[in-house]
Amino acid sequence: MVFVLCFFGVGFINGCLCLAAVEWIVFSNKNVREVLIKATKLTKRYGGFVAVDGVDFEVYRGECVGFLGPNGAGKTTTVRMMYCFLPPTSGDLTVAGLSVNSKCREIKQIVGVAPQEDNLDIDFSVVKNLVVYARYFGISKPEALRRAEEQLRFFQLQEKRDMHIEALSTGMKRRLIFARALLHNPQVLLLDEPTTGLDPQARHLVWDAVRQLKKMQVTIILTTHYMDEAEILCDRIIIVDHGKIIEDGKPKELIKKHIGEDVLELDYDEAYISLLRQTFSDARVEVIGERMQVFTSEPYSVFEGFLHTHRLPNVTLRKANLEDVFLKLTGRDLRADD
Amino acid sequence: MTEVNIRKSPAKFSIPKISSNVWKVWRRNADVFTKTIGVNFLPSMLEPILYLFAFGLGLGNFIPEINGAPFINFIAPALVAISLMNGAFFECTYGSFVRMYFQKTFDAIVATPISIEEVVAGELLWGATRGTINSTIVLAVVGISGFFTAQPLITSPLFLLIPIIAFFGGLMLSSIAMCFTALSPNIDFFNYPIFLLITPMLFLSGTFFPLSSLPHAVQGLALTALPLTHIVNLTRGALTGTTELLFGLNTQTLIPLSILWITLIAAIFFIVSINLMKKRLTK
Repeated sequence: MVFVLCFFGVGFINGCLCLAAVEWIVFSNKNVREVLIKATKLTKRYGGFVAVDGVDFEVYRGECVGFLGPNGAGKTTTVRMMYCFLPPTSGDLTVAGLSVNSKCREIKQIVGVAPQEDNLDIDFSVVKNLVVYARYFGISKPEALRRAEEQLRFFQLQEKRDMHIEALSTGMKRRLIFARALLHNPQVLLLDEPTTGLDPQARHLVWDAVRQLKKMQVTIILTTHYMDEAEILCDRIIIVDHGKIIEDGKPKELIKKHIGEDVLELDYDEAYISLLRQTFSDARVEVIGERMQVFTSEPYSVFEGFLHTHRLPNVTLRKANLEDVFLKLTGRDLRADD
Repeated sequence: MTEVNIRKSPAKFSIPKISSNVWKVWRRNADVFTKTIGVNFLPSMLEPILYLFAFGLGLGNFIPEINGAPFINFIAPALVAISLMNGAFFECTYGSFVRMYFQKTFDAIVATPISIEEVVAGELLWGATRGTINSTIVLAVVGISGFFTAQPLITSPLFLLIPIIAFFGGLMLSSIAMCFTALSPNIDFFNYPIFLLITPMLFLSGTFFPLSSLPHAVQGLALTALPLTHIVNLTRGALTGTTELLFGLNTQTLIPLSILWITLIAAIFFIVSINLMKKRLTK
C-alpha cells in the first residue's frame, strides 16, 4: 500500500513537473512569437486584375519566411505593400503594429528593402551610394561612412569602393543592394529575389548574411525561385499562386505532408506503371517528358526492396524536396512573366 | 469576421505634406551637380556669350536703338530669363524623367522614410536651384560683357535681386515641367512641351524684339499665358530699372503684376505637379 502510494505520489509530482514544463514552454513560446507583420484580407487590384486576393498571414519576430510562387503569383506585390510602395486596395496590413495605410514613415524607418530590380544610383560611386542612402534615413555623415565601410567589408566589396555602379557585375550590384538595405539596422528585412543572377560564391555570401541576420533576431521576408535556398534559409514557407496563399508551413513538414520522404525517378515506360502501382499502393506516378517520378509515403526499405528485385535502367532514388511540393501545388504550366 | 475596409482612391488630390526631407532629395541632386560641375558650368557660360555675339553684336549692328539703348542692351536681361527657363524646365523634364523612369532613383528613395511627395518637391526645389545657378552665371557674363559694350548692360542695382527672381521663376517653370513629366508616356513626349511652349516663349516673351511692337491682343495673350513674359519683365526691371510698356501697362503696374502672376502660377503648379506625380507613381 505504501509502495502504491509512493508510486502514485512520485507519479503525481512527475506529472506536475511535466505540466509545469509544458506550461513554461508554451508561455515562453508565446513570448518569443510576437507577431511582427500581420495581413488581414489583404487585397491588391489593378483595374480588373487581382494581384493579391484577400490573403491572411502572420510573420513572427525573428522568423525567416519565404514567399514562393510562380511568376505573377503576387509575391512581389505583397512585399511591396509591406513597405508602402504600393497601397493595398482593401484589407489590413500592419508592420510592428503600424498600419501601412497611415504610418508609412515609421514603417520605412524599421524596414530594410532589397528590391528585385536594380535601383542603385548610377550617378554615384559604390561608397557614395551607401552614404547618400544613409542620409535619407537621417544618419549623420561620419556614422554613415562607418556603416558603409562595415557593409562593404562584409559583402566583400571594399575593393570596389570607389568604382562606378555601371562597372559592377550583376552579382556585385545585388550585394550592394543588400548592403544598402542594412545601413539603418532594420528590424524587418524584405529580400525580393536576392540571389537571382548570382554565381554560387556570391549566393553563399548572401546566405551567410541572411543566417547572421537571423541570429540577430532580424525578421526576414524572402521571395525566391530557388527552392533549395528557401529550404535552407526559411523557417517557414508560404506558397502563393494566383494571388492566394495555397500552403503555409515549415519546409520539412510541407515535404512530408505533400510528397513523403523519397522520390523514385526512372525512364518512362508504360509497362512499368502497373508494376509500380502494385508495389506502391498509394503511389502517385507523374510523367514528365521522358521520365517518370513516383511519389509515395512507403518507407525507404520498400524502395530498396523494389530496386533489388527489379533491375531497371536509369533509376534514381532521391530525397523529396521543396521543389516537388512546389510543382505539385502550382502545376507544371509555364507562367507569363510578371 | 474582420471588417474589410475599402480604401478610397490612393491618390486623392491634396495639399502635399512635406517635411525637411525634401532637402535630402535636393542634396542628392546637388551632390551629382557638384561632381560634374565642369560639364555643367561651361555650357551655361558659353551659351550667353554666343548669344551676345551673334544677336547683340552681329545682328545688333543692323538694328536701330530700342527705347534709346542699343539692341544688345535689350536682349541682355532676356538672356538671363531664358537661361533660368532652360535650366529649370530641362531639369524637371529630361532630368527628372531619367531619374524616375530609367534610373529608378525615386523608387529607391521612397523605400526610405522619405515620401513620394517629398521626392517630387525636392526635385522641384532642385529645378529652381538649377535655374538660379544658370541665370546667375549668365548675369555674371552679361555684367562683365557690359564693360566692353557701348553702354553698360546692367544699369540698376536691383540686379542683385536676380537670384531671388530666378529661384521663384525657376520654381514655377520646374512645376510646370513636372506636370509634363507626370503625364509623359516616354521621353520623346517632351518634344511637345518644347515645341508648343518653350520655343514660342523663347521668341514671343519680349526676348529678342519688343513685345510692345506686336498687336495689343498678342501682348495680352503673352501676359496671360506665357510665363516667360513675366520673368523677362522682372529681369529687365532688375537689370535696367524699367520694363516694356505692355498692354498699356507701365513698369509700376507690370512689376507687381508679374510677381503676383509668378507666385500664383508657381503655387498652383507646385501642388498640381506633386499630385500628378503621386498619381503616376502610386499604382
